[in-house]
Amino acid sequence: MTEGETGAPPVLEITGLERAFGQNRVLRNVDLAVSPGEVLVLMGANGAGKSTLVKIIAGVLSPDAGRMTLAGRPYLPARPIDAVGAGLSVVHQQINDAVAPDLSVAQNLLLDRLCSGRTGAIYSPRRARREAETIQAILGLSLPLDRAVSEIPLADRQLVAICRALAEEPKVLVLDEPTSSLSQREAERLFGIVEMLKARGVAILYITHRMSDIRRLADRIVTLRDGRITGEFRPPLDFEGAVTAMLGAPIQRDGEAIRTGTRPVLSLENVRLTSWSRPFSFTLDAGEVTAITGLVGTGKSRLAEMIFGLGQAVSGQMRLMGKPYTPRDCGAAIEAGVFMAGKDRATSSIVPGFDIARNLSLPFLRHRSRAGFVDRSGERQKARRTIADLSIVCQGETDDMATLSGGNQQKVVVGRWLAEASKLLILDEPFQGVDIKARGDIARRLRETAGDRATLVLVSEIDEALEVADRILVMSDHTIVGDHRTGPGFDLSRLLAEVAGDLGAAPVHSENRLESAAG
Amino acid sequence: MTLAVRDLSIRYGFFVLLVALALFFYAAQPAFMSVRSLVFVFQSVAITAILALGVTGTLVVGGFDLSIGSVAASSMMAASYAMVIWGWGTTETVLLCIAFGLLAGLLNGLIIVYGRVPDLLATLGTMFLLLGLQLVPTAGRSIARGMTLPDSTTATGSFDPSFLALGRARLFDVLPVSVVVMLALAVAIFVFLEFTRWGRVMYAIGSNEQASRLAGAPVARYKIAAYMISGAFASIGGILLAARVGRGDVSSGNNLLLDAVAAALIGFAVLGAAKPNAFGTLIGALFVGMLLQGLTMMNAPYYTQDAVKGGVLVVALLFTFSLTRRAGR
Repeated sequence: MTEGETGAPPVLEITGLERAFGQNRVLRNVDLAVSPGEVLVLMGANGAGKSTLVKIIAGVLSPDAGRMTLAGRPYLPARPIDAVGAGLSVVHQQINDAVAPDLSVAQNLLLDRLCSGRTGAIYSPRRARREAETIQAILGLSLPLDRAVSEIPLADRQLVAICRALAEEPKVLVLDEPTSSLSQREAERLFGIVEMLKARGVAILYITHRMSDIRRLADRIVTLRDGRITGEFRPPLDFEGAVTAMLGAPIQRDGEAIRTGTRPVLSLENVRLTSWSRPFSFTLDAGEVTAITGLVGTGKSRLAEMIFGLGQAVSGQMRLMGKPYTPRDCGAAIEAGVFMAGKDRATSSIVPGFDIARNLSLPFLRHRSRAGFVDRSGERQKARRTIADLSIVCQGETDDMATLSGGNQQKVVVGRWLAEASKLLILDEPFQGVDIKARGDIARRLRETAGDRATLVLVSEIDEALEVADRILVMSDHTIVGDHRTGPGFDLSRLLAEVAGDLGAAPVHSENRLESAAG
Repeated sequence: MTLAVRDLSIRYGFFVLLVALALFFYAAQPAFMSVRSLVFVFQSVAITAILALGVTGTLVVGGFDLSIGSVAASSMMAASYAMVIWGWGTTETVLLCIAFGLLAGLLNGLIIVYGRVPDLLATLGTMFLLLGLQLVPTAGRSIARGMTLPDSTTATGSFDPSFLALGRARLFDVLPVSVVVMLALAVAIFVFLEFTRWGRVMYAIGSNEQASRLAGAPVARYKIAAYMISGAFASIGGILLAARVGRGDVSSGNNLLLDAVAAALIGFAVLGAAKPNAFGTLIGALFVGMLLQGLTMMNAPYYTQDAVKGGVLVVALLFTFSLTRRAGR
C-alpha cells in the first residue's frame, strides 16, 4: 500500500505504528498512506483507536513504535505546533476546542500566528483583518470577520477551524468527524470545500463513520477495528464490505430460544425525530428484547431520550399500554414504568460520591424509606441481592464506585433499573467499555428478567445486538429502516446493507448524495 | 501500614489537632478549660455556625451561597424595624424574619436554576442587593429604641424582653439560648442530610446532577429548596444577632459570611469526609471559636484573628483536597 488512488506517491506514510495505554494495546501495527489529491476515509467504531491515531499524527501523543514520513522526510512531531510546521493540520472533532470563542473570527483565523509569536509584539486589528481576508479567500468564504466566534453558528465555527488549519498551507489535512454536528446543507458546503482542496492537491485523511459522507467523498476506505487495519477498499467501493470490516463479522447467539412478544407495551405512531427525517412507527412487546442498531449519530439516543421524557418528537405520538404517553420529564417516565440507563455511565448514571448500595437505590429512594428516613439495612439487603444476581465483583455493597472495573460499574447501572418492575426498560449502549465477561452477565440477566416487560437496547455494534436481542430494528438517518427477528431466517447481509444505508432506504432529502453513491 | 497511617490521619487527624490545641491552651492558661470559657466558645460561634449549617445545604447540592451574611444582616434590621417601629411582638417578628430568609433563598434559587446565573455570581448579586436594601427603610441609620424617624417623629416601639431573651437568656443558667438553637439546628440538618431520602438526593445532585435528573429527581426543586434552607438559617442567625445586640446595627454582620463559609469548608476535612457535611461544619465552627478564645486568653492581639482563621482554612482545604483525593485513587 504505497500508492494512493491518484497514483502519486504518498505524502504521509505510516508504517507499523503501535501504541498502548498500560495493558491495553490501542493501535497494533497500523499502516496507512495518503497521497496528494486523495480523500482517504478512515472508518472505525467507538474505541477502534481512531482518536489515538489522530492524536499521534497531530503530535499530541507519541507512538510506542513505528515510522512516519511526511513528504519523504521522517516525521515525528513532539508537539502539535511541530505538525503544523511540517505541513500537517488537524481539525478536531470537538470544534469548540479549536476556536477561542471570545475572540473575533479574524483573530481566530490567525491564532497559530499569534500564538507562535511570529507576528511581533504589535499586531493591529487592521493588519489582522487584512491577513484574515487573505486566508479566507483561499476557501472563497466570506465569514463575518469582526464577529466573536461565540456569536456565529456551529457550522461556521467549523469553517473557521478548517480555514485556520489551511492558513498554514498544509500538505495533509486531517478532518476528524467533521460532519457529526452539521445539518445536511452545512455538510454539503463542507463537502464542496473538501473537493476544492482535493483538486488543489491537498491529501485529506477523513475520519468518519457516517455513510453519507463516505459515499459522497471517499476515494479509498480503510477500516480500523480493535486497533488493527481490517480492510482497504478501492473503487468500486464496497460499502457493505467496509461496514462489515469496521464492525467485525457478527456471530449469532445459539442455543437459546428466540422469544416473541406477548402483548404490546409501547407503540410509536408516525414519529419524526427531526424536521427532515422520515416518520416511522413500531411497537415493543412485553417479554421481548428489542435492539435498535445503527451507526453512531443516526438518532438512536435521541429516540431513547424522547421515550424517557427528555425531548419531544417533531410529530407523531406514543402509546404506553394503549394509553397516550407524553412524559414531561424523567420523573414522569419513571412513574409511568419506563426506565432508562443512559449511555456513557460516568455522566448519565453513576454518582461518584455514593457507594454501590446508594447508587443502586437512587431512583427508588421513596420505596426504600419510611416517613422520609432511608431504610439503610433494607437498602443494603437489596443491594446484596443485585450484586449476587449480576455477579458484580466487589468486596461488598458499601464499596466505592471508583474501586469497580468498568464492567462492574455497568452492572451496577443496569442493576439499578432491574431492581424494580418496569413496563419498558431502555438501555443505551449498555456494553460500552464493558469486558466480554461482564457483557455476557448483563445480557444473560436482561434475558432472564425480560418476562413481563418490554426491553429496548440501543447498540451500534451488530454482534452486541445479536447477543442480547430477539428482534433487531435498524436505524439510519433518524428513522427506522429495517425490522429483523434473530434466529432462523435472520438475514445478516440485508441488515448490514440497511446499516450502510443501501436499498434505497435513505430519506428523501438526500437524492444528491444517492447520485454519487451510484457511481 | 503506611496506607493505614494515612487513612487514620485523614479520618481522625482533625480531631487529634483539636484535642492537642485544647491541651496546649489548657497548659498555657488553665482557665481555658473552665465551664465559663467553654460556654463562651460555643456562644461566640453560635451565629456563625447557624449560617454555616445553612450554607452547607447549598454546598451539598453543588452550589454556594454568598448572600447569607447580608440575609442575616437584613433579617436583623427587619426584626429591629418590626419591633421598634411597628411595635410587633416576638412571635410575629420571628416569623417575619424567617419568611424573609425563605424568600431571599427562593430568589437566589430562581435566579440560579431558571436564570442560569452561576451560583457564586447570583448570590454575590443578591448579597449586594440586600446590603443596600436594608439601609433604605431607615435612610441608612441604625435602629434603636426612641430613634428619630426620617419623618422626624420618634419611634414608639421597643424590643420585647422575650425577644431579647433569645440572645441573652441562659438555659439552666449555663447554656445561652443561641447555643441551644445552634445545637438543635445542627441536629436537625444533620439528620435531614444523612438519614432522609431528601438529603440523599441532595448529595446525589451535588455529586452528579445529570445522573440524578436521569434517575427522576426534580433537580430544580431540590436546588431551590437548598437555597431556601440556607436563607432561613441565615435569617435565624440574624434574629439571634438582633436579640443579642438589642438594636438594628447597620454595621454588624460584616464578618458573618467569611466566618460561616470558612467553618463549612473546614468541615470538609472533619472525619475525612471530603464533602460538605453538617457535623463537620459544626466542628469547623467550634474549632475556629476555640482557637480564637485560646489565643485571646493568651493575649494575642485581636487584629491577628482573621489571619489565624485564614490560616486554618487554607490548611483544612489542603488537607481535604490533596490528602483525601490521593487516598481515594
